[in-house]
This record gives sequence, structure tokens and C-alpha cells, in this order.
Amino acid sequence: MILEARHVTIRYDGVPAVVDVSCALQPGTFVGLIGPNGAGKTTLMRACASLVVPDAGDIVLDGKSVSAWERRARARAIGYLAQERAVQWPLTVARVVALGRIPHLGPWDDIAAADAAIVVQALAQADVTHLAARAVTTLSGGEMTRVLIARVLAGMPAVLLADEPISDLDPAHRLQVLQIFRSLARAGRTVVVVLHDLTLAARFCDRLVLMNEGAIVADGTPSDVLTQDNMARYYGVNATISTHAGELMVVPWDLSGDLSAAKN
Amino acid sequence: MSEIAAAITLPHARGEMRAATLIGLLSLLVVILFCLSLVIGRGTVTGGLGDLISLWHRDPETARIILTQVRLPRTLLALLVGASLGLSGAVLQGLLRNPLAEPALLGASSSAALGAVAVFYFGAAGTSYWLPFGGMMGTLVATGLLLYLGGRTQETMTLVLAGVAINALTSAATSLALNFAPSPYAALEIVFWILGSFADRSLDHVVIAAPLMVIGWIMLLPTGRALEAITLGEDTAETLGFSLKRVRLQAIVGTAFCVGAAVAVTGVVSFVGLIVPHLLRPLVGYRPGRLLVPCMLGGAALMLGADIGVRVISTSLELKVGVLTALIGAPFFLHLLSVMRRSRP
Repeated sequence: MILEARHVTIRYDGVPAVVDVSCALQPGTFVGLIGPNGAGKTTLMRACASLVVPDAGDIVLDGKSVSAWERRARARAIGYLAQERAVQWPLTVARVVALGRIPHLGPWDDIAAADAAIVVQALAQADVTHLAARAVTTLSGGEMTRVLIARVLAGMPAVLLADEPISDLDPAHRLQVLQIFRSLARAGRTVVVVLHDLTLAARFCDRLVLMNEGAIVADGTPSDVLTQDNMARYYGVNATISTHAGELMVVPWDLSGDLSAAKN
Repeated sequence: MSEIAAAITLPHARGEMRAATLIGLLSLLVVILFCLSLVIGRGTVTGGLGDLISLWHRDPETARIILTQVRLPRTLLALLVGASLGLSGAVLQGLLRNPLAEPALLGASSSAALGAVAVFYFGAAGTSYWLPFGGMMGTLVATGLLLYLGGRTQETMTLVLAGVAINALTSAATSLALNFAPSPYAALEIVFWILGSFADRSLDHVVIAAPLMVIGWIMLLPTGRALEAITLGEDTAETLGFSLKRVRLQAIVGTAFCVGAAVAVTGVVSFVGLIVPHLLRPLVGYRPGRLLVPCMLGGAALMLGADIGVRVISTSLELKVGVLTALIGAPFFLHLLSVMRRSRP
């Protein structure tokens, strides 16, 4: 499904968080949404999940405004991994992942064998099978994130939105989770992920969208977007950009320009 | 693979029971307590089962009147009120993602009492339909205010403090009504709502309250699946296909029907909505949706048990059931608070 932002503007108490953003996200493409803190990435993503209604413009999924979709149909189409990772009750991991099947169940259905099989697969994909019987409240931060990723995968959504899915993962699990997302994109899903690890973003994403102060300031292939100039101008860092095994490596080295002036 | 599939469909969380077993056992308990409540009385005339049977032989008419006019109304009310309070407590805890949410602690019960007292103060009779209406309005205002004051932050202390504030406000207003009570009789009636009791209730009370409580159940029971989703946070629940606005409204109005009607006819009975979900939660694997029906049955059982208790405990004046639950519930609440503090340093 094509997810498209059309001239989206969102304000919080009059303060603009997203300003006139337009972009179309195609199925089969792994898109990384990047940018400094406060750039409006999360707000844009929440708008895509229909959690915020744009003050101007519209988010269109498969030709129809996301707010016009029937709730449950939209819940089946869009999977959203929120930044909030808290689970209140000590449910078992398997049951938390099974919650991802809710949009597929009738009002009084219990989870059926087919759903259970999907849950088992999602547990395996996110490498949390061994945790299935554990209470979620006993997990570490990274384990919890993987369980919640499995929860999103269990919904088998056509569009997958993940807000900082790898920020609290160890290196091996970062690679593993991005591989999952990439293979989902290859399988024809629309995948958008907010990332701060630019080297991994460059390696795994097909397309990067760079936001700053609510606007899209660069959009294209990783090598188009991750330039010395963009790093200095929008992230305020001097970055070492090199290639390793044919892929970009971006290492923010020191502060540049305004930020460094402010520090000194 | 099959092992995990089994883990999803079969109980395996520690201490968890099959839903059918749990509901069956609780139902059986309710039936037993219901029957006991019909036959166990206070005092020497019909104190026990044997007394009632011998009375039945000597004077069947009196025995029948005792059963249908005295025991049956209070037993039915204990059943309905207990189920309503247990269910409201379970729904509020799920909605607010907080194990300390409870109608009485959050001020919903005392606001219902205030609503009923206000209606009574302005001249309604003891079995008027206006009483539950007043109670519902009171609960509606209190629960709405609570959500507005910070029920959505999930901060336990904010929630408890909001409840404290609402309780302070309503008890001040109820005291005011007590202060200006036109007669000692009126003052006694007002005190009844503060203490909470099933004694001396008639079938008229059952008739005015029962339909409203049932409407409340019909609103609250379908929130189960939304409550499961809310376990993951409100945003995620929204993306799983629920309208949080609607769920919140349904929970608030349903609670108003349940608690408002219950308190209007029996006064404030506190802590039932706190204790019952807490005790039953491990038995349903901590799933907030699966907790609802067991909490109705558990609440009914607890209420019937407590009401039998106040009849069995021999004092020259009957102990009010609201006083008994408060005496048991308050230390329980303190215990829960200290456990929560220990687990979250």
C-alpha cells in the first residue's frame, strides 16, 4: 500500500511540529526517517498512524485518507511500534505478542490455532521464542523492545511504522531487527523506521528522509542524503563519511557550527 | 513450535486457572453464599437454619415474610452491589492501568452518596427513582473530574491524590448536609449513606437499582478487549483499532450506572473494587479483559460473605457492612501501597 503525506502541517499549541510535509512511501522500499531531536519525526509518524490529525493537509493510505479508514481495517493495515515501551501487567510474552492479533479477531473470538501459529512465527522472527513464558515485567529494555516488535509483526500489517526500534538494542539485535524490517520491505510491505544510528540507516535503508524543524530537508538514497554538508547543517556535527565493503559509514566526530559555538 | 502454541492457548502463567474452572468455582461459591444469606439471621428468633425450619413448622406465614421481605432483598442487593463494585473496580484498574484504582478510593462512591444525599435533602423519598439518578450524577461528575485531573498520567500518586481531593470535597459537602439536616431522622438517613448497609432494604430498593446496575454491566463488560489493548499504552491501543475516547466514555458512564445505583440504595461500601480484582488477577494470568466476569462473581461472593459476617458477628447493634469492608480494606490498601513502593524504587 502506498502511504502518502500531502502538505501535512501539524501544530502543538500553535507551535509547528511538522510543516508542509509531502512525500510518498512506496511498498517494497525500506525507508529510514532520520533527523535531529525535535525534528518532527515522531509527530509525522503518529500522523501516519492516525494518532494525530493534521491541522492542514492529509495522510493518504491506498488512495483514502487514513482518518477515513474504518478503525479495524486501518488497524489491520498499519502496524505501529510506539516509543512508549511500558506494559502495565505482568502478562506472559506470548500473550503480549498475541495482542497484535486483536484487529483480526471478531468481538468474542478467542485466539485461534491459525493466530497462534502466526504468534509463534513472530516470536521466532524477533528472537524472543525463549522468553515466551516469561512475564513481560521481568524483561530488560532491549528484550522488551524485541517483544513489542514481535507484537507488531504478529499483526502482519501492510504498512509498518516503527519509532526508534533499535535505540536500546545491542549491536547483534540491531542488525537482526533491521534485517527483519528489510526483508519485510522486500516482501512488498511499506516499511518506515525512525533511526538515529546513521551507519545502519545507510546500510539497510533503500531511501532516507531527513527532517529538520518540521520539514523534509533531504530525501533520497543514503549517499544523497548523508553528506558532510547535511550532517553539519542539520545535525550540527562534523562527520567522517567513508565506505566500507562498498557501503557508507557515517561517524559523527565533533560538533560543528552553531552547536559547538553554543558549547564554547 | 507446538510447545509455544500450547503456551498461548493453555494456561501456564503461575497460578493461573482455566477460565471455565474459575468461573464455575466462583459461581458455585456465590450460589452457596446466596443460600446461606437467606437462612442465616441475626438474633435469637431465627438465628440459624434450624431456627428458621422450626419457625416454618410453627408459623409458616412469619417464616415466609422473613424470607421474602427481609432476607431476600438484602441478599439480592448484596449480590448485585458486589458484582457491580467488583466489575467497576476491574474496569477502572484496566482503563487507568493502575492496580489502586477503585470506585471508593477515587471518590466515585462518596460522590454517589453525595448525589443521593442531595436528592434526599431536597425531599425525595427513600425509594424514589431520583435517588439512583442523584447517585449516578455524582459518580459521573467525580469520574469525569478524575480523568481530567490526571487519570491519564498513570502516575499512581497523582491518581490517588486526585481521589483524595474528590473525597475531601464530597465529604465536606455531605457533612454540610448533615450539619443542616432538618431533623434527627434526616440526619440518621444521611449517616446511612456514609456507613453503607444492606439491612432493612426492601424489594423496592432492588427494583429501582437493579435495572440501572444491569445497564452498567452491559456497558462495562464489552470493554474487555480494549482493556487488553490498553495494557500496551493508549497510543498502541488506538492503533489496534480502538477509540480510546469511546472506551473511556463507556467505562465512565458504565461505572456511573453501577456505582451510582449501588450507592444510592446501600450507601458507600468501599474497597470491594480494590480487593477482588487484586485477588483474582493472578488466576486469569493478569489479563485485564479476562478479569471482568470473575470480578463480578468475586465481588458478589465477597459482598454476600461480608453481609453474612455482620449478621453472625454478635453485637447488640448490627455492624454496618460498609464499616466492615473499610476495616478490612484499608489495611489491605496500605499493604498494596507498600508492596508497590518496594517493587518500584
